[in-house]
Amino acid sequence: MKIVKMPAFLLLATLVSWHTLGSPAFAMHISEGILPINWALVWFAVAIPFIAVGLRRVKQMAKDDLSAKPLIGLMAAVVFIISCMPVPVPTAGTCSHPCGTGIAAILLGPLVSVVIAGVSLLIQALFLAHGGLSTWGANVVSMGVVGSFTGFLTFRGLRLLRLNLAVAGFAAGLLADWATYLATAVELASGISGSAPFLPVFWKILIAFVPTQLPLGILEGAITAGMVTLLYRKRPDLLVKMHVIKPEEAI
Amino acid sequence: MNRGIGSAKKTLFIGITALLFAWCHHLPAAGSDKWPGVDESVVEKYAKDHGREASEPLINTDQGDLLLFVFLIAGVMGGFAAGYSWRMLVSEKTRNKM
Repeated sequence: MKIVKMPAFLLLATLVSWHTLGSPAFAMHISEGILPINWALVWFAVAIPFIAVGLRRVKQMAKDDLSAKPLIGLMAAVVFIISCMPVPVPTAGTCSHPCGTGIAAILLGPLVSVVIAGVSLLIQALFLAHGGLSTWGANVVSMGVVGSFTGFLTFRGLRLLRLNLAVAGFAAGLLADWATYLATAVELASGISGSAPFLPVFWKILIAFVPTQLPLGILEGAITAGMVTLLYRKRPDLLVKMHVIKPEEAI
Repeated sequence: MNRGIGSAKKTLFIGITALLFAWCHHLPAAGSDKWPGVDESVVEKYAKDHGREASEPLINTDQGDLLLFVFLIAGVMGGFAAGYSWRMLVSEKTRNKM
């Protein structure tokens, strides 16, 4: 089994590394200096309470349940890697990346996911020339807050409607990704429109995101569904503990 | 028999992956020879149209191949953290079973 999988894995790993390393940082985060200082401060003010409550939640989770720590570590690594991995979109001829906050929010809750996104964005802004420090608040709000809450609420809503894990996970990942870009368009339009009317600028930016993010959202949906299903197979008890599934659904 | 099916699956998977990546690299050639990120093609483009330009990051690692090196380090650390956490999660289940 291992022999069969190894060449395919190596090929994929090589191609992914080549794509990742062979190009500069292709990001969707708002770059340093793009937003005027007043708008940057507004988004900081929105992001900070979520980060503060999220940090308390992380502390509480780590104290209550030891198995939460590796799951938080895994999700932090996943969000960090996914959100700085450029994926080429042939239909648009551009690159962008999924966010990973949908899966983190499903497994750990939206507040912990906001903290994970915040830490990832900070490291990327500091060392990877990816996003910016002055725009950190805006990026946390779009990717962390909007992405996480959209993913979480979509997943829980669809599960209430008795849809299976994979379908709910797919929809959560897809909508978390699209909502992130919708929020980015709002932030960008409000920051750069100046005296011009907000809506035309907003629509222009949103429509420009569509060719890239439409297929990438589908990819993010597939990643999210795959990860939820994989964890369901490997650690159903953990999903029960995290209130992702009911005890009677565990294998 | 099973081995034959596995080998066919492997060949098919490698073939499809290779075709997909080849396709990815040929299509944009119709437009330009590079793949700009949406930060460049959307965010910075529209910001520039409205008089806002991106400034240099506080720690500018985007200099020559330095950024590739930093990405490599970040990838290695992220990959290690993900693998280590995954192993802990799976081994915890094994311990629980024992």
